[in-house]
Amino acid sequence: MFDLVSFIPRAVVQSIPLLLGATGETLTEKSGNLNLGIPGIMYVGGISGVIGAFLYEQAAGGSLNPFLAVAIPTLACLLGSALMGLLYCFLTVTLRANQNVTGLAMTTFGVGFGNFFGGSLIKLTGSEVPSIALSATSGYFSAALPFADSLGWFGKIFLSYGFLAYVAIALALVCSYVLNHTRTGLHLRAVGENPATADAAGINIGRYKYAATVIGSMIAGLGGLYYVMDYACGVWSNDAFGDRGWLAIALVIFTIWRPNVGILSSILFGGLYILYLFVPTGMNLSVKELYKMLPYLVTIVVLVISSMRNKRENQPPESLGLAYFREDR
Amino acid sequence: MRKQTNAPLIQISKRKELPWYGPIAIRAAAIVLALVVCAVVTTALTGENPLAVYGTMWEGAFGTPRKIWILMQNIAILLCVSLAVTPAFIMRFWNIGGEGQILVGGLATAACMILLGDKLPNGVLIALMLLVSLAAGGLWGAIPAVCKARWNTNETLFTLMMNYVATQLVAFFVIVWEVPKGAGKIGIINQSTEAGWLPQIGSYKYLLNILIVAVLTAAMYIYLTRSKQGYEIAVVGQSQRTARYVGIKVGRVVVRTMILSGALCGLAGFLLVAGTDHTITTTIAGGRGFTAVMVSWLAGFNPINMIFTSFLLVFLDRGAGEIATDFGLNHSFGDILTGIILFFIIGSEFFIRYQLRLRKHAGKEG
Repeated sequence: MFDLVSFIPRAVVQSIPLLLGATGETLTEKSGNLNLGIPGIMYVGGISGVIGAFLYEQAAGGSLNPFLAVAIPTLACLLGSALMGLLYCFLTVTLRANQNVTGLAMTTFGVGFGNFFGGSLIKLTGSEVPSIALSATSGYFSAALPFADSLGWFGKIFLSYGFLAYVAIALALVCSYVLNHTRTGLHLRAVGENPATADAAGINIGRYKYAATVIGSMIAGLGGLYYVMDYACGVWSNDAFGDRGWLAIALVIFTIWRPNVGILSSILFGGLYILYLFVPTGMNLSVKELYKMLPYLVTIVVLVISSMRNKRENQPPESLGLAYFREDR
Repeated sequence: MRKQTNAPLIQISKRKELPWYGPIAIRAAAIVLALVVCAVVTTALTGENPLAVYGTMWEGAFGTPRKIWILMQNIAILLCVSLAVTPAFIMRFWNIGGEGQILVGGLATAACMILLGDKLPNGVLIALMLLVSLAAGGLWGAIPAVCKARWNTNETLFTLMMNYVATQLVAFFVIVWEVPKGAGKIGIINQSTEAGWLPQIGSYKYLLNILIVAVLTAAMYIYLTRSKQGYEIAVVGQSQRTARYVGIKVGRVVVRTMILSGALCGLAGFLLVAGTDHTITTTIAGGRGFTAVMVSWLAGFNPINMIFTSFLLVFLDRGAGEIATDFGLNHSFGDILTGIILFFIIGSEFFIRYQLRLRKHAGKEG
């Protein structure tokens, strides 16, 4: 029988990096930037957090200050991913480079950056630990509410996660609100739909694109941080993050560019991602591989159906992927 | 009082045609700058003399005849994929599904080798493998193209998702055909009979692959610049409205070009499975579907230039691999260097297309 009480928490834990990545990417895409560098940015976010935590743990010796142990990796992660976002913006907005090519280069760079420092951090800092296992820092990140255990299945499904999980959900709700109910959000959507019109209305295109992309990158970077600090218990292993960055981009399409829909859809995706562990297949291991195809197939179906129905509110931002040059009309 | 001005400090405008050496000079300057930055980064991380590091890179790529052959073979495969994705790019169809199209092509090849390896004469088998891999890659490319042509489905995202469907399909068959049971991999296919292996020319293991791709490069150049279909692709890429106006059936061109693009990626899969690796894994494409996007774009979609850009990227990869082994660093160091160089080249395109003028000049030239 299907064990929902153990399935849902695992699906949620899988979903948080996807949700953060998708929220960040939605914000970015709303400004008309199709940032295919998100997988790389999530790697950079993760490894920056690891570097921050590693240096702090080394410096502090045995006694960690709980506040600093959380703040330093988080700030390092935000800084690292913001720099990646800035780089992307500089190339695509200021220098008007092709967004697809820039994004793919960012992914090459970011994944390489993560794996390089993940593999060489110990050698570079000359410390004497056998592997990067930040269990102390991870403990602070994954600390659940103390009374979660005493509430039975309710506590397990809703309260058993580290604080970043709740931050992720809050960020998705805030983004959704800002996009749909504030003037800033209206301007941002205008920039993504038709920058020439927005420009004529006096909106500073460059500033909006920069802000949305950098903030989006920072949010996505937190996804990498959550993965390594909470899900992976502070152990960095190369390529372990896998294709979650691309799955986050898939999730953006799946939610038809709505961060609030992303909360439940990401849990659905997380569930599909680990469904193969829960489906009884007996001895036939190969079928499990087909189950892993599900999130991508579902995304394709949503993509095709939303383009078939061609409803105006369900479309990608009109100028997604295009650089804007005022004198180029 | 100073007069207030709203004119921006730096004015950007489109360049007129540069002389032929202009773009080359700008790109060369970008690469030199990138190498300087890479040298600084490398020195900061390894503490080695940057010139020695570049020497090591050179050694890693050209050190021994065997290394040169591996380098050439890698260039050939990457070039093949880059040629494959190019017609789609000229059409402004962002096919980033090369990875998946290579995988299904390789999978089809491996399927023939495993299932028919001892049932058909070798020549027939290889011909069949070639056809099936082309068909599989073509099909993988056609699915997003049909949706694009009929409903304008976003092709970037569709082809991206198809990569992972292909990966899982390969993972499924790897377990179905695994040798021995429970190993989780197929191993070398037909090791004893060598059925379905591409023949060796003389004692050169990879020469056939390289020759095939060389012919393909020339053919693609002619196809794109001298054929009616190549012209139609260019018109559709420039303006779909113009294409419709002159009577080009845009949907048909999109589907036809993507079948070609996918089929050639399938060919790359065929070369990888039948010509070099003689096995299939989920990572056999090795990110080439993505790297090819950059190779093709850096070359300005020109097949002849792609020889140089794919050389550059493969050289970086091989060279950085050598640095990593020599200095005990992680192999991903190569990706960092590649990334830095790509950023510089991508950025340099701006200076080829636009020129900058400071404000004080702007007034005079009016």
